[in-house]
Amino acid sequence: MSDVASGPESKTSKWSMVGKDPYAMPIEKIDLSHPGIWRANEFLPFMERLRSEEPVHYCPESAVGPYWSVMKYKDIMEVDTSPHIYSSEPTIGIVDSFEEFTLPAFISMDPPKHDEQRRVVQDVVAPANLKNLEGLIRQRVCTILDGLPIDEEFDWVERVSIELTTQMLATLFDFPFEDRSKLTFWSDAATAIPGGGIVSNQEERWEALQECFAYFIRLWNERVNEKSGNDLISMLAHGEATRDMPQEEYLGNIILLIVGGNDTTRNSISGGVLALNENPAEYDKLRADPGLIRNMVSEIIRWQTPLAHMRRTALVDTELGGKQIKAGEKVVMWYASGNRDEESIERANEFLIDRKNARQHLSFGFGLHRCMGNRLAEMQLTIVWEEIMKRFQKVEVVGEPERVYSSFVKGYMSLPVKLQPLD
Amino acid sequence: MVNIQFIEHDGSEHSVEVSTGGSVMQAAVTNGVPGIDADCGGSCSCATCHVYVNEEWLGKVGELSPTEEAMLSLSTDRKDNSRLSCQIQVTEELDGLVVTTPEFQF
Repeated sequence: MSDVASGPESKTSKWSMVGKDPYAMPIEKIDLSHPGIWRANEFLPFMERLRSEEPVHYCPESAVGPYWSVMKYKDIMEVDTSPHIYSSEPTIGIVDSFEEFTLPAFISMDPPKHDEQRRVVQDVVAPANLKNLEGLIRQRVCTILDGLPIDEEFDWVERVSIELTTQMLATLFDFPFEDRSKLTFWSDAATAIPGGGIVSNQEERWEALQECFAYFIRLWNERVNEKSGNDLISMLAHGEATRDMPQEEYLGNIILLIVGGNDTTRNSISGGVLALNENPAEYDKLRADPGLIRNMVSEIIRWQTPLAHMRRTALVDTELGGKQIKAGEKVVMWYASGNRDEESIERANEFLIDRKNARQHLSFGFGLHRCMGNRLAEMQLTIVWEEIMKRFQKVEVVGEPERVYSSFVKGYMSLPVKLQPLD
Repeated sequence: MVNIQFIEHDGSEHSVEVSTGGSVMQAAVTNGVPGIDADCGGSCSCATCHVYVNEEWLGKVGELSPTEEAMLSLSTDRKDNSRLSCQIQVTEELDGLVVTTPEFQF
């Protein structure tokens, strides 16, 4: 990954804000959509300035066109829960031309179609089904953790976060286990910006997605002729609301489930390790009372905010935070900012594993599009930390993490760590 | 004061006394009643304060708004007597209310 800086949008890009003083530029020039400041981990002060000076902010010019940024917790809540004003169609991606997000999927549909399609698949990640999966997840977590080297540097992202979430995804799809690394690659490729380290150009990206599509069409064709099973593909192939769905809609939903079930939890697993290393007093609290894990998991998910934003499109002329938004305009809810809003969350800029009301964060969104997999994510993270605490005194971060080149997927390409065993 | 009884999925009972004005969700959360998460803090934007209202009280807890109906419709264990407890206001009329919490909030 050493060549990521040579991507097409390095520091020299016209749009990059990397290295710039957030308070020295005209406020309309602030453009959170550009991935540079996210990879460079410089986004926080830009968000802070917008929250305090212009919480509903218009960026007239950017690489993705003009758009509104919604920065405050309460305003984000309003947008997220008003689908009749702020539509999820045609796409929830900030870039209009991202093909995979214009593939129809229920994340980018409004009611009633959204509700019908979501209902078909959500049982698989509902708590009643998760109870059956818990034992399997724990067994896999143990196998992964027991295979890690002690007192030797390795990449936590690759060995733990990716491995675990990919195994999980393979289980939910009943995807051939030996091919599971393909899921990771397809997930990364789906949201990748060419030149950002995953694929070098659009053609490569399309190739990856085509391979993914062909694979999943084959699986559909196999399962549609078998008895209905408990995996997501079988559920879609047999579900009343989905069995006649156009192929592109099926593929859109597959990409949604791959990205939704993979990148997000992966980055929260890595983000928790980093947060505890950056806040040693919190790590001490955790060692003193592992009973805090459940609460800590919510705090990790808030702190990481693995998806930095979601986009909506105004259906009608409307007003938000005193600003006039016109029908057709792009409205971006910055969850990563709302989760740091001191007006709604006490001591929002501190990582506190015993925080009160830790569950009240924006990372899963609210309203009809609230993250379907939120309980699965929490369960995976809880088990990971329970098993880590049984084995290791510390998962020590021993070098700088490398962050994803994206203003959407907020996460890590690598995180070098060393394990200290329990005394 | 108004008495509200929460019965957990496993049958454990919790009786709380609250003043009018708040919601049934708040009555549970401020009194440490387990089984209600209330992730959105009471704005009818998730479905994690789901309760089943005992039949005899159904006529007194008011109607579902379209938003509440929409959020509940995404719940996997929705029943005819399902409500989001943040949308039930505590009034004198509800003294003695009995609600059951589901096994899981989702």
